[in-house]
Amino acid sequence: MKTSTDAVRVGTPSAPRDMDTPVVLDVNDLRTHFTMPGGTVRAVDGVSYRLHRGRTLGIVGESGCGKSVTAQSILGIVPRPGKVVSGSMVLTRSDGSSLELAGLDPKGKVIRSVRGNEIAYIFQEPMSALSPIHTIGHQITEVIRLHTGANRDQARERAETVMRQVGLPRPDEVLGRYPHQLSGGMRQRAVIGIALACSPSILIADEPTTALDVTTEAVILDLVRSLQDTTGMAIQFITHNLGVIAEIADEVVVMYMGRQVERASVTDLFLRPQHPYTQALLRSMPRLGKRAQARLEAIEGMVPDPFSVPAGCAFHTRCRHYVPVRCDQPEYLEVAPGHWVRCSRAGEVA
Amino acid sequence: MTTNIPVQSGTAPAGAVDGDLLVVRDLVKHFPIRKGFWSKIVGQVRAVDGVSFNVRQGETLGLVGESGCGKTTTSRMVMRAYQPTGGTIYFRDRTQGWLDIPTASANQVSGIRRNLQMIFQDPYSSLNPRMTLLDIIGEPLMVNGVAKGSELQDRVAELLRLVGLHPEYMARYPHAFSGGQRQRVGIARAIALEPQLVVCDEPVSALDVSIQAQTLNLLEDLQARLGLTYIFVAHDLSVVQHVSTRVAVMYVGRIVECAPTEDLFFSPKHPYTEALLSAVPTPDPTRRGSRIFLAGEVPDASNPPPGCHFHPRCRYAADICRTTVPPLTEIAPGHTVACHMSDQLSLTGVHA
Repeated sequence: MKTSTDAVRVGTPSAPRDMDTPVVLDVNDLRTHFTMPGGTVRAVDGVSYRLHRGRTLGIVGESGCGKSVTAQSILGIVPRPGKVVSGSMVLTRSDGSSLELAGLDPKGKVIRSVRGNEIAYIFQEPMSALSPIHTIGHQITEVIRLHTGANRDQARERAETVMRQVGLPRPDEVLGRYPHQLSGGMRQRAVIGIALACSPSILIADEPTTALDVTTEAVILDLVRSLQDTTGMAIQFITHNLGVIAEIADEVVVMYMGRQVERASVTDLFLRPQHPYTQALLRSMPRLGKRAQARLEAIEGMVPDPFSVPAGCAFHTRCRHYVPVRCDQPEYLEVAPGHWVRCSRAGEVA
Repeated sequence: MTTNIPVQSGTAPAGAVDGDLLVVRDLVKHFPIRKGFWSKIVGQVRAVDGVSFNVRQGETLGLVGESGCGKTTTSRMVMRAYQPTGGTIYFRDRTQGWLDIPTASANQVSGIRRNLQMIFQDPYSSLNPRMTLLDIIGEPLMVNGVAKGSELQDRVAELLRLVGLHPEYMARYPHAFSGGQRQRVGIARAIALEPQLVVCDEPVSALDVSIQAQTLNLLEDLQARLGLTYIFVAHDLSVVQHVSTRVAVMYVGRIVECAPTEDLFFSPKHPYTEALLSAVPTPDPTRRGSRIFLAGEVPDASNPPPGCHFHPRCRYAADICRTTVPPLTEIAPGHTVACHMSDQLSLTGVHA
């Protein structure tokens, strides 16, 4: 029997790693609010985490929990009327100096030298992240020339190298094409290529595989992981899919209504979740391979209106462990080394 | 609410067994590719290319596959939204007996439509923003002359309660509701006429994780209560495994494997099913298992490869796969697969 193994590869993703490498981005008590006629939406309300070199931080949560706004705050691209009202975001630059991103002018020279150069961003929908009227080659060489000052030929050469890196075998062919001429998977590869063009130290991936089919998703996740191994970049991976998080992250932050409710290593989070919201999320999802489940354990109710976030613990309206008074002011505490939980009853609920 | 179906006119199609509700045979849908000033037909997109399956009364048939595999086109033909290029779709209507949906007369169709409903993917675009819930859910009841006036209001209130919404919401418009609540409205409209068969096209993929579980539970409760039969079109395999009695896997317009859910997930017989299952991310970091990474792209349905459509990406492909289309054959009771090598392969399914 002739097998064509060259077409198919079988691989095993690497095991989760410890966050023991140098910190490249330190986000501390970040708050981003949207002031609107109907009131103030605290889209991000006190979020702290660190990105480490060569490691992946996963941020999970449902729509409207503030996971994307957190990422936008870092790059100063929060849509109006959103504003970073307090907190700090310290970036360690390649020359070893530190840069505070919080107070920067969003149109200023400094942040523009960071965007796309030191911190790259991959958006969910590759079709809307790419310009439909420019070729892939044009869009990638533009980034390279802007940030490195390379000339046309040098930029072209770099573009071809990057395209090969992201697994597009005939770069000159792909570089001459327009986004609509590529399939979804190829487009996402091209977007990743553009993001990597300037060898960023941080990659923010905002739901990069949500619009893709599972087999393509597996290939793209594998690609991101192997690129991290070769470049040593830190990745902030935003998704609502717990399966994807378990697959790619080293450390995970769970968000609910703009707040961080839990932060732990990926193994601790999935095996020993402490916050009732995390526990409920993990229980409510159908799992492949679980035999004959009668019913799913759904979380009651729905995500509250962002204009009227419940007082005290924002999750208390849906929490089955809620105790009045005691749950009024949950503190964010370290319950085990590296495992932080915002729940007054942490440790006693499972 | 009864589930008994008196079989009247119309004879049962070939291949139908007792308890079948829908019998689809050799279903084909080609979309022409037109070019130039005269819109000359220069090619055909073979969206669905010879699909056959049965749906039994009271079960949930999961239809899975990647984008462009033809699963939505198949469900649209069952709904008679598309006219097939070839093939038959026999439906055992509650009052009219067996009928071929594509060739049924206008009169027969209006009868069939009551018993055949659909739940859509996007709860934001599937509800008319200018209609209240009473109008939206009441419309099918009114059009079919089932109820009007205060009786209609009572029926709508009952339906809202059935899907877990307050009857007082009846006068509100869809914008006042969240995605999960809107999907409940869409479900209430679909079940208003007590249909026999409901086609669910990705009913939970636009919903948040915590709302997905509620909606899936609701669909299961309604099935048990009203004796509904579902065709569940989805791409999320863990959801499909949870809801389905049987599952059919499609690849580029053809069914490659069809089996009872447990058989398909725990012992797949088609290499594509194996690859698809291995690609699903598992929510357990201690089991970052081995993955099969498929090379290349899903082939273009207007120019599919000869023989088995999957052969260019298949690691078990032999010479026969490149030339001959593998027939869908039954290899175990109720387990059909279209693969030349199926009896020689031992494939890996999901781990329990």
